[in-house]
Amino acid sequence: MRSPQSPVLSINGLVKDVGPLASLDGKMLRVVSDVSLIAGRGEVTALLGPNGAGKTTTLECAQGLQRRSGGTISLLGEDPASAGADLRSRVGVMLQDGGLPPSAKPVPLLRHIAGLYANPWPVEDLVERLGIDSFSRTGVRRLSGGQKQRLTLAAALVGRPEVLFLDEPSAGLDPQSRALVFDLISELRSSGMGIILTTHLMDDAQRLADYVYIIDGGRNVAEGTVQQLLQREPAVDSGAEHVRTLVFEAQPGLDLSAVLPAAIAVAETRAGSYSVTGALTPGHLAALAAWWEAKGIMPAAMSLQARSLEDVFLDISGKDIR
Amino acid sequence: MNGTGTAAGSAPGNGLAEAAGGRQHPASLFRRVLLQGKYEAITMLRNGEQLILAVVLPLLALVGLTVTPFLDGLGPSRVNVAVPGILALCAMSTAFTGQGIATGFDRRYGVLRFLSTTPLGRGGLIAGKVLSVLVVLCLQIVVVSAVAFALGWQPVAAGWLPGLVLLVLGAAAFTSLGLLVAGTVRPEATLAITNLLWILLGAMGGIVIPADRLPALAQSIVHFLPSGALGESLRDAFLHGALNGGAALILVLWTAIAGAAAIRWFKWN
Repeated sequence: MRSPQSPVLSINGLVKDVGPLASLDGKMLRVVSDVSLIAGRGEVTALLGPNGAGKTTTLECAQGLQRRSGGTISLLGEDPASAGADLRSRVGVMLQDGGLPPSAKPVPLLRHIAGLYANPWPVEDLVERLGIDSFSRTGVRRLSGGQKQRLTLAAALVGRPEVLFLDEPSAGLDPQSRALVFDLISELRSSGMGIILTTHLMDDAQRLADYVYIIDGGRNVAEGTVQQLLQREPAVDSGAEHVRTLVFEAQPGLDLSAVLPAAIAVAETRAGSYSVTGALTPGHLAALAAWWEAKGIMPAAMSLQARSLEDVFLDISGKDIR
Repeated sequence: MNGTGTAAGSAPGNGLAEAAGGRQHPASLFRRVLLQGKYEAITMLRNGEQLILAVVLPLLALVGLTVTPFLDGLGPSRVNVAVPGILALCAMSTAFTGQGIATGFDRRYGVLRFLSTTPLGRGGLIAGKVLSVLVVLCLQIVVVSAVAFALGWQPVAAGWLPGLVLLVLGAAAFTSLGLLVAGTVRPEATLAITNLLWILLGAMGGIVIPADRLPALAQSIVHFLPSGALGESLRDAFLHGALNGGAALILVLWTAIAGAAAIRWFKWN
């Protein structure tokens, strides 16, 4: 494990059992068996792993929302399990399920939360910064996924925290919101905030994270900077070195099925973002470019990757669906 | 260190630059609880269904009991017998049914979890809920009393002090029970249980209809129910100016037992 100059969170040998569960004949289920990590000030630390890996549980133990069964946690030098309002005022939390009352209106809600802090972020600025002014009087239940996510982020930031926890921050974000949120996260990092986020999207980690912990089955399986992880040797040589991924951004809803042979996998990973994976040849690229020309499409962005964090992740944790 | 581009979006004084420096502190505990109480009270008063339960139904019951002969022979006038029970019903509406349903859905939507990560914390959240119940109860007492006076209510003056104390004790017992239900079952079940109990206890629990008018079997139990204890003791207060110590003790016991059970079994997620 690395040692950042100024750690804000360190977790050592975290264990979390839940239950007793009737489905296990009254036995406890160990959802986290051994997770350790350190997150520093002015850095984005990502917990990456498939659904059910134990990411959210780890975060919730660090936030004091769940009691750990073993191990130690130090958040800004305190144990979150016994910490009081002082520590909570220095930590911002964005929960995966939002945690906002459906009947609330965004601005009054933010004002209310701001009032719980001695020196909050001015609500007007935050509202403008996150583009909440356009729906400031719309009830939470009528907001789109992206609007709700931005409001949830604002609620986590209104106390000007030193440490910010983001659980799946890009879930439900449209491309515009995503760009806005990602820019803000980068900016907050530059201002010295320690940011800890979970994601199961490799792309998020690749774009945002200074340091990545890959978690699977309730334990650490790999860690490093994105660059370090990308340089790992493939676990098995299955001709994977010939596999490349072309990612491009264009208008949503394109049907590429007839453009490339069936051996090349094509997917629209989110609206307007396409990933083309397989043993790509110059011929495939030419066919794609010819199709773009015929359709009058000019991609807004495009990159060719020999190996993505996703490949690294699949190498480490296997391709079995769980 | 500011990278290029990072300063572009941060106009002076937008708070971002300050995010790095200066340690944050919570607002005072008093202010946090006060804010949460105010926020929850306003939310409750803006909710149409809650208002019906908190004000409209008790007023309908008050008028109904005043124009029908159900309570004849129990006191100097129908309205004098009816009002203490209606005040007790108000406490049950707000503290048990209204607060229970709101808490159940807050739990479902993760509101309790989110707020417990803020300086408010779990203790402040509960204190805020208790405060909001008391605020709404005060408004109910004002509205019901005003209508009751218009209908000719003549409470014993010495009944006000014990009456208000008992209403607070009743609100405490029903708040503990509401939190116990809301914290242990799904919000849909909380909705069903608290509404059903509101009707059952309202009609048969010794709240608005004195125990003497209930079937013999019910009479022996209702004294020990929070509904019966509150209804009976409020009638003792406002009809006779007396403090019913036994009933007050029963309310305190319900608060202690339900409160302890809620602390033990309340699930925050």
